[in-house]
Amino acid sequence: MSAPPLLALHGIFKRFGAVQALADVELEIHAGEVVALVGDNGAGKSTLVKVISGVAPADAGAVEWEGRSVQITRPHEARDLGIATVFQDLALCDNLDVVGNLFLGREIRRFGVLDEVEMERLTLGLLDTLAIRMPSVRLPVASLSGGQRQTVAISRSLLGEPKLLLLDEPTAALGIEQTAQVLDLVEQLRERGHGVLLISHNMGDVKAVADWIAVLRLGRNNGFFDVTTTSHEQIISSITGATDNAVTRRRAYEREVEL
Amino acid sequence: MSRPPAVEKARPDERAGGGGVESYFDTFKRRFRGGELGSLPVALGLVVVWLIFESLNENFLSPRNLSNLSVDIVGVGLISIGVVFVLLLGEIDLSVGSVSGLAAAAFAVLNVNQGMAEGPALLLAILCGTAVGAVQGFFFAKVGVPAFVVTLAGLLGWNGLMLYILGTSGTINLDDKGLLAGLTNFYFNDVAAAYGLAALGTAGYFLASYQDARRRRAAGVPSRPLSEIIVRTAVLAAITLAAAYVLNQFLGLPLALLIFLVILVGLDFVLRRTSYGRMIFALGGSVETARRTGLNVDLVRISVFMVSGTMAAMGGLFLASRVTSASQTSGSGNLLMDAIAAAVIGGTSMFGGRGRTWSALLGVLVIQSIASGVALMGIQTAVQFMITGGVLLIAVVIDSLSRRAQKSHGRV
Ligand SMILES: Nc1ncnc2c1ncn2[C@@H]1O[C@H](COP(=O)(O)OP(=O)(O)O)[C@@H](O)[C@H]1O
Ligand SMILES: [Mg+2]
Repeated sequence: MSAPPLLALHGIFKRFGAVQALADVELEIHAGEVVALVGDNGAGKSTLVKVISGVAPADAGAVEWEGRSVQITRPHEARDLGIATVFQDLALCDNLDVVGNLFLGREIRRFGVLDEVEMERLTLGLLDTLAIRMPSVRLPVASLSGGQRQTVAISRSLLGEPKLLLLDEPTAALGIEQTAQVLDLVEQLRERGHGVLLISHNMGDVKAVADWIAVLRLGRNNGFFDVTTTSHEQIISSITGATDNAVTRRRAYEREVEL
Repeated sequence: MSRPPAVEKARPDERAGGGGVESYFDTFKRRFRGGELGSLPVALGLVVVWLIFESLNENFLSPRNLSNLSVDIVGVGLISIGVVFVLLLGEIDLSVGSVSGLAAAAFAVLNVNQGMAEGPALLLAILCGTAVGAVQGFFFAKVGVPAFVVTLAGLLGWNGLMLYILGTSGTINLDDKGLLAGLTNFYFNDVAAAYGLAALGTAGYFLASYQDARRRRAAGVPSRPLSEIIVRTAVLAAITLAAAYVLNQFLGLPLALLIFLVILVGLDFVLRRTSYGRMIFALGGSVETARRTGLNVDLVRISVFMVSGTMAAMGGLFLASRVTSASQTSGSGNLLMDAIAAAVIGGTSMFGGRGRTWSALLGVLVIQSIASGVALMGIQTAVQFMITGGVLLIAVVIDSLSRRAQKSHGRV
């Protein structure tokens, strides 16, 4: 085996009251790889993202980061490891401007005072590299369009070069051109050796950029596939559960062979 | 893949935000259309109120009346600054009136009844407000009781505590030559004080703006054009020098006004230029986002209620200073409503996340101007209440409309 995975989850459980959102979930993400996480609505995808990002820590289970066992119980612990997240609901502060949102919780200070000039300069630079056009970075994000808000959330996650990026349906509110940009971005990140977990309902997007596809069904693993050797039908059926048993049985075997 | 890489640079004129003067004005226009009116409506409203009362009674804009006004606003104004902090979280503090009365009573009892020196008694009375805020903030942030309910309990409870410590004496008269009385009856008679303050404030504003614009230009980010800085500075100079002139026509610069302005500017700085202030705004925008970003939500919430309690106590001491006594009616009456109304009239949003400490000054000026104008003309206070109520309604309507404009503007 080569280097240990960037992130490895073992036996993750998470319960919300009566709902067992995640049960015995396993997941591995290697540096330089894009793992797509797919599953029906309510399968537990967003919950898994919240577990990894420290927003909703797991009830039970082990997390390994670059081969070391770690605890992620708070958002800043995940951030300190190098994990950045674009949440499904974007998690922006509507009243703050673009710069304020990008640097929230990690403001740049100069003599203890917010250095707005430097933060604005870095924001403009980042948006520029991402070829994102914004009417102004000094407008409250409430006044931006859905697509613009999504690009703000994505830009925020890229600030500070994360090692692992979690994207929870990042292209949901985007047009065709912007979606293509985000997918390009995902590929660039992979080429630069970052790990990406991409949640998407669009099989076309998933097939275009992902190396692996992990399927969640009713809070449990329901298959881990190599994109190049798996048919569309196979993935769909494990999402919907049509081949529940067969896939579950094959999963462990496939992982051993292919990893 | 055949698509061009995303790293390709956008053309200079398409850069996010762009540089220079045009994009600066563009931002301003967009903000305006997006419903961010800031203090413009209240500033206009204040001018209208003054013109109406001056046309009804020529004593209204007399130096004596305006000078008194500038001292009368300080007590409520300080309380209102604390209310601004709480409103920024999107919460409310109904206890500020009672807390202000409690602080006045605490000072009176410590100083007059217990014989403690004025300085330590003053400090303890203020800290009493801080402690009250910490308790209320704890129940709100850690226990999860809605702020509305916690501070409603405080409204009753702290008022009860005040009555209890005042005991049978009812009213305690304070030393009218002492430190506390001096807070509102000391004036810098030297004309240089008022003019000096005006000049200092204006020069400080100009230097800060100029320096900021220079750093922005050097960094290649949009900056305020020099012409606009000059216009703004000139407007500020005109207002402050006129105020200084008027104050010097009477007794000079009031100490109370100086203290109020220093606190106002200081806390404005805290809100807009520090990470702590940014956290308060973030919480007012979205608590969930703040939590996911890893901000210490509970600590910020508790601290904001501590600020509110502290400011309420300070306001209460200035109000006691004005009448040189603490009594069972301290902190009662319209005080609570005035303090909250002032913040809202001044442009701080009831919905959280939008506002400035300056709204406390502007709002309280409007409220006290109405009170003073009505009193000058000898009309019943009933009329004053109706006018103030109407103004508050207008302010809340503007707040709601601008919020809606912001929500709909640009959204797809
Ligand atoms: N905060 C929460 N409280 C209660 N139930 C939740 C919460 N978050 C998610 N759930 C439940 O957990 C399950 C998985 O949700 P989620 O992870 O959002 O699914 P997905 O993102 O795959 O659509 C759903 O049944 C959902 O109702
Ligand atoms: Mg989801």
